[in-house]
Amino acid sequence: MSATGTPALAADRPRTGVSATLAHAVSVVAGNPVTGFAFALLVGLVACAVLGPSLVPYDPLASDTAAALQAPTLAHPFGTDQLGRDILSRVVVAARLDLAIAVFSVALVFVAGGLAGIMAGFFCGWTDRIVGRLADTIMAFPLFVLAMGIVAALGNTVGNIVLATAIINFPLYARLARAEAAQRRNAGFVLAARLTGNTDLRIVLTGILPNILPIMMVQMSLTMGYAILNAAGLSFIGLGVRPPTPEWGIMVAEGAGFIVSGEWWIALFPGLALMLAVFCFNLIGDGLRDIVDPQRRT
Amino acid sequence: MLRTLLDRLATTLPALAGVVVVSFLLTRVLPGDTAAYFAGPAATPQAIAQIRSELGLDRPLPEQFARYVADLARGDLGRSLTTGQPVTADLGARLPASAELTLFGLALALLVAIPLGVAAALRQGSLVDHACRVVATAGVSLPVFFTGLLLVYAFYFVLGWAPAPLGRLDAFASPPPTRTGFFLLDSLIAGDLETFRASLAQIVLPGLTLAIFALAPIARITRAAMLAVLAADFMRTARAAGLSSRRVVVTYGLRNALLPVVTTLGMVFSFLLGANVLVEKVFAWPGVGSYAVEALIASDFAPVQGFVLAMALLYTVLNLGIDLAYGLIDPRVRAAA
Amino acid sequence: MTAIPLLDIRDLTVEFATRRGPVRAVRQVDVTVGKGETVGIVGESGSGKSVTSYAVMRILDRAGRIAGGEVSFSGIDLRAAGERQMRDLRGREISMIFQNPRAALNPIRKVGHQIEDVLRQHAEAGSGDAKAKAVAALEQVKIARAAERYHAYPFELSGGMCQRVVIALALACRPQLLIADEPTTGLDVTTQKAVMDLVTSLTRERGMATVLITHDLGLAATYCDRIAVMEQGRVVETAPAATIFRTPAHVYTRKLVQATPRPGVSLRDLLPDGAPTAAAGRAEGAGAPLLAVSGLVKEYPRAKVGLTRPRAAEAPFRAVDSLSLSVDRGESVGLVGESGCGKSTTSTMVMRLLDPTGGSIVFAGEEIGGVPAARFARHPLRPRIQMVFQDPTESLNPRWTAARAIADPLLRFRTVRGTDAIRARCEELARLVGLPVDLLDRFPHQLSGGQKARVGIARAIAPSPDLVILDEPTAALDVSVQAVVLNLLADLKQALGMSYLFVSHDLQVVRMLCDRVIVMQAGRIVEEGPTAAVLEAPRADYTRALLAAIPHPPV
Repeated sequence: MSATGTPALAADRPRTGVSATLAHAVSVVAGNPVTGFAFALLVGLVACAVLGPSLVPYDPLASDTAAALQAPTLAHPFGTDQLGRDILSRVVVAARLDLAIAVFSVALVFVAGGLAGIMAGFFCGWTDRIVGRLADTIMAFPLFVLAMGIVAALGNTVGNIVLATAIINFPLYARLARAEAAQRRNAGFVLAARLTGNTDLRIVLTGILPNILPIMMVQMSLTMGYAILNAAGLSFIGLGVRPPTPEWGIMVAEGAGFIVSGEWWIALFPGLALMLAVFCFNLIGDGLRDIVDPQRRT
Repeated sequence: MLRTLLDRLATTLPALAGVVVVSFLLTRVLPGDTAAYFAGPAATPQAIAQIRSELGLDRPLPEQFARYVADLARGDLGRSLTTGQPVTADLGARLPASAELTLFGLALALLVAIPLGVAAALRQGSLVDHACRVVATAGVSLPVFFTGLLLVYAFYFVLGWAPAPLGRLDAFASPPPTRTGFFLLDSLIAGDLETFRASLAQIVLPGLTLAIFALAPIARITRAAMLAVLAADFMRTARAAGLSSRRVVVTYGLRNALLPVVTTLGMVFSFLLGANVLVEKVFAWPGVGSYAVEALIASDFAPVQGFVLAMALLYTVLNLGIDLAYGLIDPRVRAAA
Repeated sequence: MTAIPLLDIRDLTVEFATRRGPVRAVRQVDVTVGKGETVGIVGESGSGKSVTSYAVMRILDRAGRIAGGEVSFSGIDLRAAGERQMRDLRGREISMIFQNPRAALNPIRKVGHQIEDVLRQHAEAGSGDAKAKAVAALEQVKIARAAERYHAYPFELSGGMCQRVVIALALACRPQLLIADEPTTGLDVTTQKAVMDLVTSLTRERGMATVLITHDLGLAATYCDRIAVMEQGRVVETAPAATIFRTPAHVYTRKLVQATPRPGVSLRDLLPDGAPTAAAGRAEGAGAPLLAVSGLVKEYPRAKVGLTRPRAAEAPFRAVDSLSLSVDRGESVGLVGESGCGKSTTSTMVMRLLDPTGGSIVFAGEEIGGVPAARFARHPLRPRIQMVFQDPTESLNPRWTAARAIADPLLRFRTVRGTDAIRARCEELARLVGLPVDLLDRFPHQLSGGQKARVGIARAIAPSPDLVILDEPTAALDVSVQAVVLNLLADLKQALGMSYLFVSHDLQVVRMLCDRVIVMQAGRIVEEGPTAAVLEAPRADYTRALLAAIPHPPV
C-alpha cells in the first residue's frame, strides 16, 4: 500500500533545510541592500566601541581653551567644544559606553523578560497572573517617565540606567514570550511530547524555547535602538552619565545651548552618531524579521 | 453604556493600585537617608529627625504606606524645595502647557501619519510606500531632543522664521485670560488674534518635534493594519459585491484598520509623555516636564515623584479613554464588556 | 444547456508574480456555464479552482493577472471590461459566496447595513426602502426574526447563519450567476446540507446559474448538473454529474472518484486498482475491555463576568455529561459528532492530557482517571495510550527532523537504547508507515501533508501502545491522501493488534474504519452500536439527521 501512496506524496519534494534557509537569507539581503548597509554600519559601530580609544587623534577629555568652539577643520573634522575638546574623538570614544549600556540592559531584559514570559505562557495559572500584573504595572507608567523615576530614586549611576532601561522593556519581552509560548502550549507537537513522557522542563527547552528564539532575537535588535535612545535621553536631562565622560546624550545636551548662537557642530555630530546607531539596529531588526517571519513584514 | 463605563473603570483599578505601590516604593528606596534628602543639604540633625517623624519614616512600612495613600487621597504630594509651593499646585499650574503641547503634536502626527499609512498600504511598493517606510524608520531612530535642536537651528538661527525657543509666549507678551489653560484656545476665545499668532509661532517647533516622533509608530501601524485588512476575506466579499472602491476602502477597510491604530495610541501616549520631558527642556517650555527636570537637577525629589505619579495617573486615564473609544468602534468589545 | 452559454471561459491562464518568477496557477482552462445550469469545479488544494473564479470576477490580488484566454459573460468580454463596468457586473449580474462565512463579513458593521450597501450600490434601493429590502433579503434566506437580525453583527451569529447572510448579500440584486467558493467547508454536516439546500432552492426558483467550487466530489455530484475536474491548474475532465462516479474518463478523476468515501464502499476500494487487499475482520476482544470509561464529566465555569454584573450562581457548562464507553482489545470505536459535542474533550481526558471533573477511566484494569494529567507523563501506562493528531503540520516540532520526532518516545521511555538501535527502530517504523527512509532527516516544512501524517503515526506507534486515539487524523488532508492514510491505519491495526478510538465528524470514514460507533450530541451519547447497525438502521433522530445530511451523489 505504501507503493501506491508514495508517488503522489513524493511529488512535491521541497529543497533541503539549511541551504533553503540560507538562500532565503541571501535573497532577503540581496533584495534589500538596506539591510546589508545596516550590517556594515554595525561593524563600524562595534569597531568604534572596541577600538575607540586607540583610533582617535586626541584625548577625548583633554581640554584646550585656545582651540575652544572651533568649527570643523582638517585638524578637528567635527570641530571642538566649549572647552576645546576634539568632538570627533569624543564621539568615537562614546560609542563604547552607549553600546555597553544598551547591550547590558537588553541582555538583562531578554533573560528576565523572556523567562518570565515563557513561564507565564506555558504554565498559565498563578505564574501568568503574577507576570501579567507585573507587566501591567510597568506599562501603567509612561515608560521614559518611569525610567526617570527609577534612576532618580535608585541613584544617579550608569548601572541604574541599565537597570531602568531593562525594567521599562520588561513588559515588551514578557508579553511577546508569553504570547508565543501560549500559542504553542497546546500545539500538537507539545501535546505529543507530553504523550511521550516528556517533563515540562524538557518540553520548554526542546519545544518552546528554540521556536521562540528567532522572534525574540528580532525583538532584541529592535529594542537595542530603543535602549540607546532611552539612555541618551536620560543623560540629556542630567541623569546617569556625568560630564566630562564622553556620551552622546550628554554631548548633545552640552551643545544644545550653543545651537541658538550658531555653533551647530557641538550637538550635531554626537546627535548624528546617536541617530545612526539607532537607525542601524532598527534596520537590522527589520531585516531579521523579514528572514524570520516573512508574513509579519510591515 | 454606564455599565460599560463602570466595567472599564473596574479594570483600571489594579493598574492604579500598581501605580500607587510603585510610586510609594520609589519614594522609600532613595539611597541613604530619605529624610536627609527631603530636608535638603543644609539641614541640621534635629531638622532631619523632625522631618523623619513628620514624614512618618520612623514608622513600620505598612503604616507609612497607609499614610502615603491618605496623603494622596487629599492630593498632597509634598512640597517643592525650589519653588516652596505644594507639588500638586505646581503641577496643576504647569499641566495645561504640557497638555497643549502634547495634544498639538499628536494632532499634527495623526493628520499626517494616517493618510500616509493608508496611501502606502493602498499603493504597496510605490513611492508613497517607500516614503512611509523611510519616515517610519527615521522617525523611531531620531532622538527627539536632537530633532528639536535641528529644527531650532534651521528655523530660528538660519532662517529666522521661528521665535527664540523660550517658552509659550514672548517675554513681553501677556498670556490670554485663562479659560482652558491652552493659550491657542484661550486667545481665540478672547478674540485676541495677536496672541494667538504669537503662541502658535511658539508652539509650532516643539509641536513639530513631537509630531515627527509620534509619526513613525502611527504611520507604521496604520500601514500594517490597512495591509492586513486589505487581505481580509470580507474585503473580497465587498469587492465581489461590486461596492465602489471608496466604500470598500473607507467603510470596510479603514474603519477596521483603525482598531489597531486606536490600540497603538496607548503606546504613542506613553512615548509622547516621555518625549515631552525632553522637548520641554529643549524649548524651555514651562510644563510639568521641565519642572521635573529642574527639580531633578536641584535634587528636589518630591516634585520628581509627584511628576512620575501624576504622569502615571494621567496615562491611566488616557488609556481608559482609549478603551472606551475602542468600544465605540468595535461592537465585539462592547458585547464582551 | 442553451446554445449561447451565460459564462464562457476559454483558454484561461492566470499567472502569479512570485520571488522566483511567474507561477501559472491556472492553465488554459475551458469552462462554460449555461443559463440556469449548475456547474461544479472540483479539485484538491492548489488545483487552481478558486483562482479561476477570482479571475472571472477580476478580483485577483495584486500579484495575480490573467495571462491569456477569454472570459465572456452574456456576450460581454470580462477581460477587456473596465473597472467601472466590472463593478456594475459584480453583485448585480455575478455574485460570489465564500468559504469561512464569518470572515467574509465585515466584523464591525451590522449585517443589515452590509446588505443595504450592496442594494444601494446597484441602485436597487434608495434610502427610503433600503432597510425593508434588506430585511426581505434576510427573510428570503430563511433567517428567522429577520428584522431583529438586521441589527446583528457577524460575531453574534453562528457560522451557518453567517453563511445565510452572505448568501442574502450575494442574491440581493438578483444576479444571473452565483459563484460559490467552498461555501460549506468548515461547517458541520447538517449545516452544510441546510446551506446547500437553500442555495439550490433559491437559485432554481430564480432560474440562476451556479458555479460550485469544492474539493468534495461527492458534494459536487449531488448538487451539480455538470462537473469540471481540475488538477494542477488544468481542467482534466468535464462530465455530467450523473455519470462521473460511474464512468470517470481521466485517470485523475478515477483516482478522485475512488478516493471519495461513499456508501457501500470499503477502505480498500478507496485506493487505485491493484492495491493488495488485507484480510478484513477484527481481532476479537476477549475478557475485560481495554478501556472502560464510566460517568465521565467535564465542567467548565461560564465566561467571566464583569465587576458590575451580579455573579449569578450560574451552573457551569458541561462539555461532557456523564459519559460511559468502552473499547475492547483490538477493537476500533468511532466517536462521532458535530463540532462542540464534546468528542474532543472526551478523547483528551481519556488521553490523560486533561483532568475530568468526575467519573472514572479504567485502562488495562487500572484506574487512571484520578492521576493528575500533569503527573501522568511519568506513569507506567503512559506509553500504552498514544494519539495521532488532527493537523499533521502543527503536531510536529518545526525544529526537529522526522527521525528526531519518531525517536522522541523511544528516548523518553527508554524502550530502545543506543544511537544505532534507535536509528534502526526509526527506520523500521518509517517502513511500517510507508515513509521513505531517506526522508527521515528532513524537517517538517520539507515534507508534504501526507508524509507529515505518516511521521505523526510512526511517533504514535513507536512505544507499541495498546490504545491509539485518532483525533480527526485526516481532516486536514486532501481526499486522495486521506484514502492512503486511512488504509495505512487499518493495516497497522491489523498488524500490531492495537485498539483505536477514532474521533471524527465524518460518518462515512468512521463506517469504513470502525467496528463500533458512538454518536455524541451536546456532551452525551445519543446512540451506540455496531457500525453497520447504526448506519443502516439508526434509532436516534439525531443520527438519522446526520446520515441524511451526508451528500448522496449518484453512484
